[in-house]
Amino acid sequence: MGKQTILTGIIVEETTVFTLAELSRACGKPAEWILALVEEGVIEPVGGDQAHWQFRGHCLRRVCIVQRLESDLGLNLAGAALALELLEEVETLRNRIAILER
Amino acid sequence: MEYKDYYKIMGLKRDASQDDIKRAHRKLARKYHPDVSKEPDAEAKFKEAGEAYEVLKDPEKRAAYDRLGDNLKAGQEFHPPPNWDSGFEFRGGGFTAADMGGFSDFFAELFGQQGRAAQAAYSTQFNARGQDHHAKVAVDLEAAFHDATRSISLQSPELDAQGQMRLTTRTLNVKIPKGIKEGQQIRLAGQGSPGMGQGVKGDLYLEIHFKPHPIYRVEGRDLHMQLPVAPWEAALGATVKAPTPDGKVDLKIPAGSNSGNKLRLKGRGIPGNPAGDIYVTLSVVAPPANSEQAKAIYKEMASKLAFNPRAGMGV
Repeated sequence: MGKQTILTGIIVEETTVFTLAELSRACGKPAEWILALVEEGVIEPVGGDQAHWQFRGHCLRRVCIVQRLESDLGLNLAGAALALELLEEVETLRNRIAILER
Repeated sequence: MEYKDYYKIMGLKRDASQDDIKRAHRKLARKYHPDVSKEPDAEAKFKEAGEAYEVLKDPEKRAAYDRLGDNLKAGQEFHPPPNWDSGFEFRGGGFTAADMGGFSDFFAELFGQQGRAAQAAYSTQFNARGQDHHAKVAVDLEAAFHDATRSISLQSPELDAQGQMRLTTRTLNVKIPKGIKEGQQIRLAGQGSPGMGQGVKGDLYLEIHFKPHPIYRVEGRDLHMQLPVAPWEAALGATVKAPTPDGKVDLKIPAGSNSGNKLRLKGRGIPGNPAGDIYVTLSVVAPPANSEQAKAIYKEMASKLAFNPRAGMGV
């Protein structure tokens, strides 16, 4: 690739919606696993029946974190889902502290 | 190539039991997992622990590693003796960890012979879309303000012509979309793994994080900053210059302001619909009394102003 090539991407969270197949491919896990995440309430699909499900862009990050926690730390889905929520809370709190400490 | 002391990395003695090794790895993995830890070198430590565990958990690899001797120190220049691993039978592919590309040269030199054949054979039979890749990158906050192009270096394990895993670095010039927020991802179509056979290339997802900024703290699209003001600016009111990532602006300080008061620069945060705001917290700074004139002014204030800053404390 030439040095001058400038790649332009899109912000996933703002503009992208994933189908079940796309989300499954983006995190490298089978569709059944994504369905289990929906069951667990980690991500919420929009749009009618399963065949027409769509996932908003922000789901990708959540799905990837759960996938890494599961494979790296051996957590089960429920544990990873709980860890994800706690991590998000910790991140919010850390950010607040950084603002207040100034 | 440097010798790596896998026992030291895991905080273990050389006679540690397999159970000790497993426990140590679980603890380190939780502590340094890049999604969990905020330590700057968490990812490196996590990988290092993973590499150490990959060797020590396997009695065959561990025995081979132990044979290299106790007298070697971590970081020491190291060349494996010829046929060092002869007499050890490694079962199967040898690699159970998927991410061996992230392991050190030291690991690759010792155990790199196994697993390659399996990798190479696998790649010829299918037509499949290439894998999607994910990477975290840190950019300066200013990049979010005007469709800035940033040069981003990524390391990824790739198979070379001999079917061997190598860490390769590639540099991409990426346009950071204006208005991006901390933690959001950019999707670059076709920048992931090559497909197999007729398959198309996968995509690359870049998770954007802002480097710590000396002036601003980021919260969503809003920025927070402290602005030092002189006592007379706060007391009498003034129009002062304030920095924003888009350049200097005039900020009107109302009369009677004090340290801790917050002002809002509407729409001056990260662009978007709606754009974020900048919250400015005033910080009154006392001028130093380092001249006769300054001392005289302070003395005059002391004698003429009936001011007790501790009145609220009842003293």
